[in-house]
Amino acid sequence: MQPALAITDLTVAYHDKPVLWDVDLEVPASTLMAIVGPNGAGKTTLIKAALGLVRPAAGQTLFYGRPYREQRRLVGYVPQRGSVDWDFPTSVLDVVMMGRYGSLGWFRRPGKAERQHALAALEKVRMADFATRQISQLSGGQQQRVFLARALVQDAQIYFMDEPFQGVDAVTERAIIDLLRDLRANGKTVIVVHHDLQTVPEYFDQVCLINVRRIASGPVAEVFTEANLRATYGGRIAFLGHAEDDEATPSRTEGMLKGVAD
Amino acid sequence: MSSTMEVQLIAIVVAAACALPGVFLVLRRMAMMSDAISHTVLLGIVLGYFVTRDLASPLLFVGAVATGVLTVSLVEMLTRTNLIKEDAAIGLVFPVLFSIAVILISRYAGNVHLDTDAVLLGELAFAPFDRITWGWLDLPRALLIGSITLVLNLLLIVLLYKELKLATFDVGLAATLGFSPVLVHYGLMTVVSITAVGAFDAVGSILVVALMVAPPAAAYLLTDRLSRMLGLSVVIAVLSAVLGYWFARWFNVAIAGSMAMMTGVAFLLAFLFAPARGIVALGVRRSRQRWEFAQQMLTLHLLNHEGTAEADDECSRNHLSHHLRWQPRFAATVIRLAEQGGLIQCDGMRLMLTDQGRRLAQEASLR
Repeated sequence: MQPALAITDLTVAYHDKPVLWDVDLEVPASTLMAIVGPNGAGKTTLIKAALGLVRPAAGQTLFYGRPYREQRRLVGYVPQRGSVDWDFPTSVLDVVMMGRYGSLGWFRRPGKAERQHALAALEKVRMADFATRQISQLSGGQQQRVFLARALVQDAQIYFMDEPFQGVDAVTERAIIDLLRDLRANGKTVIVVHHDLQTVPEYFDQVCLINVRRIASGPVAEVFTEANLRATYGGRIAFLGHAEDDEATPSRTEGMLKGVAD
Repeated sequence: MSSTMEVQLIAIVVAAACALPGVFLVLRRMAMMSDAISHTVLLGIVLGYFVTRDLASPLLFVGAVATGVLTVSLVEMLTRTNLIKEDAAIGLVFPVLFSIAVILISRYAGNVHLDTDAVLLGELAFAPFDRITWGWLDLPRALLIGSITLVLNLLLIVLLYKELKLATFDVGLAATLGFSPVLVHYGLMTVVSITAVGAFDAVGSILVVALMVAPPAAAYLLTDRLSRMLGLSVVIAVLSAVLGYWFARWFNVAIAGSMAMMTGVAFLLAFLFAPARGIVALGVRRSRQRWEFAQQMLTLHLLNHEGTAEADDECSRNHLSHHLRWQPRFAATVIRLAEQGGLIQCDGMRLMLTDQGRRLAQEASLR
């Protein structure tokens, strides 16, 4: 089957300092993939380069075999929550409707169909009661769910989410993960920049470990190993009781992870 | 049409035309760019004049708009080097371009109708004398230009409302959805330049800045919807213009100065009295929260000591200020408010919770 996303030889540099060095990545369709790595590893840059928000120095990105320009409609993007001004004078429903702007194109204004769409998406993230609220009145978790609803109305095939679990409460985290599984069940592919290594095996089926270079990527069961994590995080990670067993299985790795010094 | 009427009409269309793009400048935190553009367009006018030797040539207008856009890109170029922050870059670019214009005028165009005072303050009172006649049409030039600018701005915002909103709120999403934020940005800056050129001939650059920044800033405090913010900005700008005109008439002072002052007054009023976000509303809410919180503390304190051995001492009116370290007068007020609110009952010196007070305390203890 054709991969949902195929990145080859992607290099992004800031002057002569590589942020991403010759990264190859293939994401099979209908999977949930976590992108993990230490701060400054280029996780957000990877997403931005794939979406053409950052110009790569080399390499190409194909979505179902074709470049982004031709596949825009298939791609949904959930930026980091902090990337927008939440004091902007607009309502929750309005923000969600922005997800439909792409299919409307220039000049055409959103109408009843877009409203219905947006309301249904808000229902899905359990934020329907907040539709008419000013966005500055939302908590962090609620803001994140609004962003998710906005991605849902884009009705994309591949979603990129930049740290959707950042600073959200447990309820929102559950809601988000349920939603991700829902998307996967409907044949969508979701690529998530993720920080919490503990939950990787539980939440995702694919993982990509990067630290400027791609250390490893593939099914969590094969790739999410102590050796790869060490290669990714260097000495900044603590494992508990690894003397017992050198061939750490993913589930064990989960138990052994104490935490990452970010 | 009387000239009084005409001056007011010019002021009204110019005010409305400036307020519309001003909303997006304020939301994009680029308010100071209006200051820069409204000054540097002068350089374009001067250079255009040197090329054409004709103050009425449309090339002057084109040149002015071009320097406005040039200002924006110069500021961005400087900012992108990461050696200077944006505010400093604005402060560097615009005085340079503006002063080149001033030098050129003073050296080569001293005898032409291009003087620097008029640039800063405009000459609205004389605007009705500069007329355009075209068939049956006989209008002040400033009114015609102002109206065209206003129509253009209205059209742009009606047609591109959704694009402007998206690119202002979330640049990243705008880009991924295929609405080039760079295009929207430079489109907006072109419109700001056109508006500044069209307006400053009549009202001067200071008033252009005042009209682009103050009404949107005031409207921002009064509403939480973009469409209403646009509408309110226009209303505030127009009211400031008309009131400013009459203020100038009554006190026999500069018209543009009075109008700019009125925009400041409008902002001050919104700042103080905006229903949800004004200083007064905020103060009232803070003070109410303070008293409500104090009452909650009181009920929680009473609940904690209810039925205990030291209850007589802890729940006594006299000892309350001692235990909670409250000023006696503050404690007395809290007790009075709590009693009026049905939260506590006073039995001589002894304070007792009512059922309602107990419920509040229990709720508070869960927080």
